[in-house]
Amino acid sequence: MVNHRKRIFRKKAAYAVADAEGYREQDIHSESYLQTVWRRFKRHHLATVSLAVVAVVAGAALLAPVIAPYDPTEIAGAFAQPPSKDFWLGTDLIGRDMLSRLLYATRISLLVGVMATLISTVIGVILGLVAGYFGGVADMVIMRFTDMVMSFPYILLVLVAAAIFKPGLWNIILILGFVDWPGIARLVRGNVLNLRETNFVKGNIVAGMSLWHILFSEILPNTVAPILVYATSVLALSILDEAALSFLGQGVQPPTASLGNMLNGAQSVTVLTSQPWLWITPGLLIVVIVMAINFIGDALRDALDPNGGLG
Amino acid sequence: MGKYILKRILIAVPVLIGITIIDYAIMCLAGSPLEMLQGPRVSQAAVEAKRIALGLDQPVYVQYFVWLGQLLHGNLGYSMKSYQSVSSMIGSHLGPTLLLMGVSLLVSLLLAVPAGIYSAIHQYSRGDYTVVTISFLGSSVPGFFLSMLFVYVFTIKLGWLPSSGMTTLGTQGGAADVAKHMVMPVMVLAFSMAGSNIRYIRSAVLEILQQDYLRTARAKGIGRFRVINKHALRNALVPVITVIGMEIPVLFGGAVIIEQVFSWPGLGLMTMSAISNRDYPVIMGVCLLSAIVVLAANLVTDILYALVDPTIQLD
Repeated sequence: MVNHRKRIFRKKAAYAVADAEGYREQDIHSESYLQTVWRRFKRHHLATVSLAVVAVVAGAALLAPVIAPYDPTEIAGAFAQPPSKDFWLGTDLIGRDMLSRLLYATRISLLVGVMATLISTVIGVILGLVAGYFGGVADMVIMRFTDMVMSFPYILLVLVAAAIFKPGLWNIILILGFVDWPGIARLVRGNVLNLRETNFVKGNIVAGMSLWHILFSEILPNTVAPILVYATSVLALSILDEAALSFLGQGVQPPTASLGNMLNGAQSVTVLTSQPWLWITPGLLIVVIVMAINFIGDALRDALDPNGGLG
Repeated sequence: MGKYILKRILIAVPVLIGITIIDYAIMCLAGSPLEMLQGPRVSQAAVEAKRIALGLDQPVYVQYFVWLGQLLHGNLGYSMKSYQSVSSMIGSHLGPTLLLMGVSLLVSLLLAVPAGIYSAIHQYSRGDYTVVTISFLGSSVPGFFLSMLFVYVFTIKLGWLPSSGMTTLGTQGGAADVAKHMVMPVMVLAFSMAGSNIRYIRSAVLEILQQDYLRTARAKGIGRFRVINKHALRNALVPVITVIGMEIPVLFGGAVIIEQVFSWPGLGLMTMSAISNRDYPVIMGVCLLSAIVVLAANLVTDILYALVDPTIQLD
């Protein structure tokens, strides 16, 4: 790790020399933007490992119907068996295979996370674009509304909504999606306010380009990077929130397995005390997934930062 | 300054009114609290009488204005379940929650401030990587899972700490007993908060370390120790204040889950039972209280900025 620091200094020195020789310019021309980002991303070793972890977990979740050894809702063996040769992670309280349930639960938890993130990103981007570009009354109304949503303690709002709209998979996705957007809206608005003053946007306005073109083909692509970084943190948060809601019994309902509701059963003392395999594995899986996503987000922030230099 | 505070309060008022409207709208979609009364033994007439007694026969907006009017007289209404006044219910549950929140905030700052500053000063060192990795762990662990691990280790395996309530049943309690019950919930809340705080303080201090005035201080040759302790740390107060302001709404929410897990008799536990009973007045009261707290926290943060850093201009 100490070497890392030295390496950066060496690299900086190398670029200083390269700069003088005009090498750097050629470097930019021969390398696409994505290649630059990828090279900078790879500098974070933990993030590279995290990317592999997420790929493996997501792959296993997608392929759950193929690789799961048992049906996740069928009783496959004896009750509450500890891990064994037949049941790698043991069986739950009514004899269902834990590994199969875990695979399907990951599928549900990732689905909730990804869909909620997509919904909140779309809402946040549209509201942010409108508020930032048009300003005036639209800006004031949207920003005051954003303040309102942000003033609710997050979990409280989600819990109230979940209790009202009957817990269930799609309701949870919609609720999380409709609650997570204020951060993205503020971020996009701030960027749009800056971009609106740039010459290329003014040029477009003078050239009489359509509003649609200016908003979605000129402004939006220039604010994709921070949105992407923010969206990774929303993804991590939505997965945590789904887990918390399902844990409290207000989220995804059994028999559908989600990582949170698998932990719900562990509130009983017997499970907590004598059947740790029933709650430690889903809990650890949540930690691993969320942590990996957070690391990726952190590395993406550095890799996409336009002021981060080429090194 | 006074003008600024007044302006901020005036902006907060429409936001608050908006919050009560959203609140009420959501509640109305929720379904009637009368559903809770219905059963084979309750006659239709009794339900109808109840409906009129609770004012539920009026149009929604009338109900809203009745509630708002009472609110202006300091009356938050009465619980539909226990018939206690909402303000007295909140009053009796607020103490334990504030205690839990205050101590957790303090502990998380005691962890995060030194760790964040250490990490920034030793950027890219082994210690920095360790601190940052631990902070990521802190913000990635679900609070309820950490609680379960703690209960498993400290209550079940070691038998050191009680896992639920605020005092031991059948005893008078006392400060030592309460403190013992608080250890685990505080650890869980403080660890999750410290996670994001460490990274925030770290990047804020990193930014301060690059400022011109620190370069000047270094150039004067007063030594690394004094540069950091006299010049850098004072300016690191601003991010610490930001962190406290950011954590207050998070604490309010986090306390709901942690209080549920540890049966801590605070606002969170009360809110959860109000939610499952669809006890509108109680839910409204808690939402309103928390919104006021969040808006007040934002305001106080901005004012403290100006006090700590004279270069920040409020307008």
